[in-house]
Amino acid sequence: MLETLTPTIASGLFDYAWLLIAIPALMAALLLIIGRATNRFGHWLATCAPIASFVLALILFVDLLGADPSARAVELTVYTWASAGAWQIDVGLLIDPLSILFVLLITGVGAIIHIYSLGYMATDPNRRRFFAYLNLFIAAMLILVLADSYVVLFIGWEGVGLASYLLISFWQSRPSAAAAGKKAFLYNRVGDLGLLMAIFTLLAFFGSTKFAVVEPLAGELSPAWATFLGFMLLLAACGKSAQVPLQGWLLDAMEGPTPVSALIHAATMVTAGVYLVVRSGAFFEQSTAASLAVAIVGTVTLLVGAWIGCAQDDIKKVLAGSTMSQIGYMMLAAGIGPIGWAFAIFHLLTHGFFKANMFLGAGSVMHAMSDDTDMRHFGALRRAMPITFVTFGIGYLAIIGFPFLSGFYSKDHIIEAAFESNTALGVLALIGAGVTAFYMTRLIIMTFFGSKRWAKGVHPHEAPVAMWIPLVVLALGSLIGGVALNGWIGGWLSGVGADSPGHASWLPQFNWLTWVTLLVVALGVLLGWWLYVKRPVSAKTPVPLPIGTAIGRQLTGDAVVSTVVSRPGLALGRGVALLDQRVIDPLTDAIGHVSTALGSGLRRLENGNVRTYGVTMAIGVVLMGLALILVWLV
Amino acid sequence: MSLLEFTAPSLDYGLLLPFLIVLGAALVGILIEAFVPRQARFASQVVLALLALIAAIGAVLWRWSVINLVDPSTDGSGITGSVIIDGPTKAFWLILFGFGLIALLLFAERRSHGGATAFTPMAAAVPGSDQEKAAAKAGLIHSEMFPLAMFSLAGMSLMLAANDLLVLFIALEILSLPLYVMSGMARQRRLASQEAALKYFLLGAAASAIFLFGVALLFGYAGGFAYDQLAWAVTDGSSGDPLLLAGMGMVAIGLLFKLGAVPFHSWVPDVYQGAPTPVTAFMSVCTKLAAAGGLLRLLYVSVGGMRWTWQPIIAGVAILTIIVGVVIAINQTDLKRLLAYSSIAHAGFLLVPVAGGLALTSGLMAGQVGSVAAVAFYLIGYGLATIGLFAIIMLVRRQGLEVTDLEAWAGIGRRHPLLGALMTFFLLSLAGIPLTAGFVGKLAAFQAAWRGGYWWLVLVAIIGSIVAVFIYIRVIQVIYFKAAPDLREQPHMVMPGVPVTIVLVLCALGTLGLGLYPGPVLEWLQAISDFIVPVHTP
Repeated sequence: MLETLTPTIASGLFDYAWLLIAIPALMAALLLIIGRATNRFGHWLATCAPIASFVLALILFVDLLGADPSARAVELTVYTWASAGAWQIDVGLLIDPLSILFVLLITGVGAIIHIYSLGYMATDPNRRRFFAYLNLFIAAMLILVLADSYVVLFIGWEGVGLASYLLISFWQSRPSAAAAGKKAFLYNRVGDLGLLMAIFTLLAFFGSTKFAVVEPLAGELSPAWATFLGFMLLLAACGKSAQVPLQGWLLDAMEGPTPVSALIHAATMVTAGVYLVVRSGAFFEQSTAASLAVAIVGTVTLLVGAWIGCAQDDIKKVLAGSTMSQIGYMMLAAGIGPIGWAFAIFHLLTHGFFKANMFLGAGSVMHAMSDDTDMRHFGALRRAMPITFVTFGIGYLAIIGFPFLSGFYSKDHIIEAAFESNTALGVLALIGAGVTAFYMTRLIIMTFFGSKRWAKGVHPHEAPVAMWIPLVVLALGSLIGGVALNGWIGGWLSGVGADSPGHASWLPQFNWLTWVTLLVVALGVLLGWWLYVKRPVSAKTPVPLPIGTAIGRQLTGDAVVSTVVSRPGLALGRGVALLDQRVIDPLTDAIGHVSTALGSGLRRLENGNVRTYGVTMAIGVVLMGLALILVWLV
Repeated sequence: MSLLEFTAPSLDYGLLLPFLIVLGAALVGILIEAFVPRQARFASQVVLALLALIAAIGAVLWRWSVINLVDPSTDGSGITGSVIIDGPTKAFWLILFGFGLIALLLFAERRSHGGATAFTPMAAAVPGSDQEKAAAKAGLIHSEMFPLAMFSLAGMSLMLAANDLLVLFIALEILSLPLYVMSGMARQRRLASQEAALKYFLLGAAASAIFLFGVALLFGYAGGFAYDQLAWAVTDGSSGDPLLLAGMGMVAIGLLFKLGAVPFHSWVPDVYQGAPTPVTAFMSVCTKLAAAGGLLRLLYVSVGGMRWTWQPIIAGVAILTIIVGVVIAINQTDLKRLLAYSSIAHAGFLLVPVAGGLALTSGLMAGQVGSVAAVAFYLIGYGLATIGLFAIIMLVRRQGLEVTDLEAWAGIGRRHPLLGALMTFFLLSLAGIPLTAGFVGKLAAFQAAWRGGYWWLVLVAIIGSIVAVFIYIRVIQVIYFKAAPDLREQPHMVMPGVPVTIVLVLCALGTLGLGLYPGPVLEWLQAISDFIVPVHTP
């Protein structure tokens, strides 16, 4: 059932696979080094880079499609990075069914978002720098997914972290953006700890971190070390994919320009954690504890993210919460075991389409509303911006799992697999689907329906053509992505360790669970409709109010619903936010504060008096003596 | 054999050639001071020192390759008297002479100082006195700095080859005394510089005393000074003898002091800040290198039989050093002081593989990278980035003076993109970000410790290195993102002279090259990383 392909040595076109990475990397270097001279045309060059990579990826993909299923993994050693006898680290690329799907997603969505940015960033004075960073990100992300070993993966891992940091704090003049960038960096370093420890564990046990070498040997690890390894990889995944308890940075990361949110913080980088877990499947199989931990983290995150989605009025933060929640679904699937891996990747791909679609839609709305992100200032935008509305609507239907749209197929699989694995996980995943439907309905009603609550002087208009064409393309993807991939992806991935339970047709199997899921989703939609359409949000433009009271005011209409559903929901949502603000944030802040305090304490010892130094040394001698005696006695 | 009878040791001068070249150059340097006219002194000292170091590098390589070709039975290794020249000696020598060369180029820099050097025009003059001003006006230069540095380098190279506790002590003194003098020679902030020199001397003397006391105790235990005799006594005798324990600890303290390990580090920040920047660069790399090499041989060869005792202690010192170095570096406001604490932290990272003790005698398997190679590689990466940063510090000036206040550096990366890029690159290497030599060094060092059985130490070291990233990111943030101070407060980059340019290029290329393609160097270091363990016949 589980099969790890032995990679064949690259030949023919695959010899040029390094170009996938080199093109955007070179372009980024070009724009950053040549500098102002490329101000006028730099963004056009930068846009060509992911398109070129995409075309190349497509060719390779077709090549792989035609290959024998057992020969679909190709490795390309670029050069030997470090070699000392048996200790050898090659910089190599691994092109297999799993990585090529990611490459297509990254370059495809990346290209679309570059085009969108041409419109979105048209008037930004630092446009060239923005595009250079985007290209840098694409290159790093491609290194991450094409790496053939954990060490090379780590290079990409740090690279996307750097690009993400640069892009979140792109508008440095805003203190909030700079702070958000720092926060993201900090959280990610915690995750890096996990990945580094995993790398050293692998080096210590196998002397290599190459996937093809270590995966077949996974069974030789003792259960304790396999569990340790699994938890370290999970820690890494949590940091990068904003999973509980390291989720805090993602909402703040919305300070970045919207195309960045769409590309990095929705479609690609934040899914790297899922990729890592699926790629390391062989190790998770050795440890039920670690796999279960992955599933539990995923389930908790999918609920937490959904509640955050309910409690926010900022359109981008609702979408960010939703991203966390959807990645939670993927982690849940990845934690279920081999049966879930294909579903995780399936949902990752469809999510890449519909979430990028909705983020770009949100960007288009913001563009029209003078960069306002508060949904309480929106309303009735469907007439003003019909294309955005229709494409966003398709994304909306896809995420809630409307039949035959992409999310319907992928999410349904995960819920089903969760039920098969553990009823509790299944029920929670089901509830998550209902809550998703609720907050997404709330979002779309507050934005596109109801009455106009626009601020003075705002005249919504449809986005320029460079911005709406990407919307249409992504909407098409959201529309047909599920149908197109459903019958195929399981079999395609089975070579890299994922197994398909045999959904051979594009038609979903409508079993009882499908109906129950649809029912729950319908309830969520109805609730949203009832709360926000039957009782209009507010007749006039609301003044900015604290989030809590504002939502509270909107909900006072119905005491029953308010007490039974909304209040606990909001409370929980706020609770989660509070947990983040009061516990996780202070905790990370505390690390800084403690070190600062400790630093100034220790600094007092450095008072410049040579006698103090002498005493320090004498104490050191005594300590050393005591330690020696202690070790000797033991 | 009576005590008065003296048999002259037969020395293989060919083996000692590199050391003799450096020592000889130092002596000739003194003659130059006496006999060469003043105008020609500086130039001849520079030429002599650089040529001597190149010759020493050549001599090491010659011993290595040519002899090996002529007579395959030898690879130019051997024991002569109380000095041992084996693979690690030669590897550390090459690295030492290489870094010595780079650091001396910084000594020779004059253009960025407006024609003067970084050193005071007249060390004997009272700071701020008319005499000093007159000397500065007359353009006097202390070219004695070069022989001093060469003496220090000779001591360092002897320390790396010492196979005897007394020789180790002599080496320690030869390397230290010139450093005390050099630390007090700064051109700007002379009082601080002199204070630093005095502190360094006092504390250094205390450390030497502790060291010497330890040597005496070990002599009492083993009945001799030679490493082989000590090793024989350790394996043969009762290894828990209090004399041995105390002696071992005290001798180690003497070396840990030079390495800048906590709690023997207090001198580092003051001295690094007060000393002239080229001397700081020299100290921060070459001294550390010598101390690390000496410590490795002492621990692995002479008291290798006591591994189980000293390993946990070194691990404890490593943890303490990492924590103190990293934590205090986080809120430093002076760049030189920040780099001083960073160098303390790196001393801690360096001790991680030392504690891991992965060597041939302790289960190192063919093809693995052991502790010695890991330490050597780590030092190369650390040294390149550190010297590069000190070279940059020499270039950033306000009204002709170096500015080390971090606040003043705000926005300098935006005003001088190339300087900013280089600095960022060096800082990232110190932080251990992939594709730099620093990352490969950490990878090699930590995996050696892990395989040596010290995975918990590696865990602490990784956490430490993750926190350490903030030290360097903070500097990067200041030089790029922080609003620049008023125009009058702003320092500017002065154009570097040829020496600093060479240093910057070498350091940047080295850091990049070893980050991208560390394979050959790592392989070479590993291939020669076995200590010769002489056998004692009582």
